[in-house]
Amino acid sequence: MKILEINNSRKHFGDLEVLKDISLSVEKNQVVSIIGPSGSGKSTLLRCATLLETLDGGDLIYLGDYAAKADENGNAVYASPEELKKIKMNFGLVFQNFNLFPHYSVLKNVMEAPVLVQKRNKEEVKAEAMELLRKMGLEDKADVYPYQLSGGQQQRVSIARALAMKPNILFFDEPTSALDPELTGEILKVIKDLAAEHMTMVIVTHEMAFARDVSDYIIFMDGGVIVEEGTPDQVINHPTQERTKLFLSRFKND
Amino acid sequence: MSLSIMLSQLSVGMVRAVGIFALTLLFSLPLGMLIAFARMSKNAIIKNIARVYISVLRGTPLMLQLLVVYFAPFYLWHANISGYRFAAVIIGFSLNYAAYFAEIYRGGIQSIPQGQYEAAQVLGYSKSQTFFRIVLPQVVKNILPAVTNEVITLVKDTSLAFALAYQEVFTLAKQIAAAQTNFIPFVVAAIFYYVFNVLVAFVMERIESKMDYYR
Ligand SMILES: Nc1ncnc2c1ncn2[C@@H]1O[C@H](COP(=O)(O)OP(=O)(O)OP(=O)(O)O)[C@@H](O)[C@H]1O
Ligand SMILES: [Mg+2]
Repeated sequence: MKILEINNSRKHFGDLEVLKDISLSVEKNQVVSIIGPSGSGKSTLLRCATLLETLDGGDLIYLGDYAAKADENGNAVYASPEELKKIKMNFGLVFQNFNLFPHYSVLKNVMEAPVLVQKRNKEEVKAEAMELLRKMGLEDKADVYPYQLSGGQQQRVSIARALAMKPNILFFDEPTSALDPELTGEILKVIKDLAAEHMTMVIVTHEMAFARDVSDYIIFMDGGVIVEEGTPDQVINHPTQERTKLFLSRFKND
Repeated sequence: MSLSIMLSQLSVGMVRAVGIFALTLLFSLPLGMLIAFARMSKNAIIKNIARVYISVLRGTPLMLQLLVVYFAPFYLWHANISGYRFAAVIIGFSLNYAAYFAEIYRGGIQSIPQGQYEAAQVLGYSKSQTFFRIVLPQVVKNILPAVTNEVITLVKDTSLAFALAYQEVFTLAKQIAAAQTNFIPFVVAAIFYYVFNVLVAFVMERIESKMDYYR
């Protein structure tokens, strides 16, 4: 079952073509990593997929529902705001710099959206939120505020916040890039645990060893196009494209 | 004139000064928010009207603005402005302070990182939920010190109502001092303004420390 499908997507900022005819699809329970040099359009792709940016062209489809559909000229035509609001409930996004709400306690960060947006029962949500925090090793942090946490703990809260919405697919945009090196491990471990539980995920990362270990499928982007894609073994161990080889050579010492 | 009579006359003026203060805040705090939104509007006409408004109201003396507000209806339409004095004071003060608050709000709103809006958007918050639950509480905390400054200035500025001969404590003190050739009314007025300000500063500090639970 396809959770996400993107067909022939295009996006430009001014004169800059950031996404040039990108297509990808993500099956249920699949973990897809996107790697590539800085400026290759990875974040832009994730931001388009999560409706933070609008595509110029192409289709964006969640579980068969079109968030955007290409017209006969290939231009993306978006669904109505009400449609999009529903479609939005399919995905969650974990940001590089967490973007926790600083004026909310950890628990409220995790609980508010399910109660407010999804109108779920408060007691139920609270029990689930506490369970998520326990899973993240943060059960004793429910009542503290984000500023009182380490970067790694904050990122775990933001993962819990995304999971509390019960998304069908979870996107990560460089979830460890804002962390001190000694803290990246704890986040990578959390993501690996989620993969073991068959959470469907798309992860933009510069951690090559991690991408190789956790992914079912890897996409290498450069200059707004997908240069190479396939299993981790294909893309990371046996790349065929020069640009992929050049990019990976910079990580050889990992 | 005995001190107690003097005090009782001045106390009427004190109540009026407090009235100017309270009503000005009541009207200018929300009005400032509207002007801040206009100033940040995507519509160039609305934005520029707000920009000019703020520039003029901050760039000309409040005393002059009070005179304009009070006398304009008479010069423009020969309206009868007797009985309009108090309203003119409140309108003048509110229009002026709203311009200052608008710029404070704008700075506060623009200081909220884009990531806060994006996080809320991905979680499915509506625009108004995002503003009232995520943005506004953080703005309030950020702007509180600047608002405190304005509020303290307002306490002293209420004396400018003398320009319209509105009988608040400063105007009365001047009249009594002149009539009685007595310096005491000024001392009483000074003590009044000072104590008023200390109270205001205390209250604002309490509010600020209430918001200190996060950073
Ligand atoms: N809002 C924007 N306005 C203009 N240009 C943008 C905008 N967002 C991104 N870009 C440009 O688009 C290009 C791709 O950016 P993007 O952030 O998607 O790259 P990335 O692959 O995520 O890079 P990194 O690894 O550094 O995060 C860059 O050249 C960037 O400067
Ligand atoms: Mg990026």
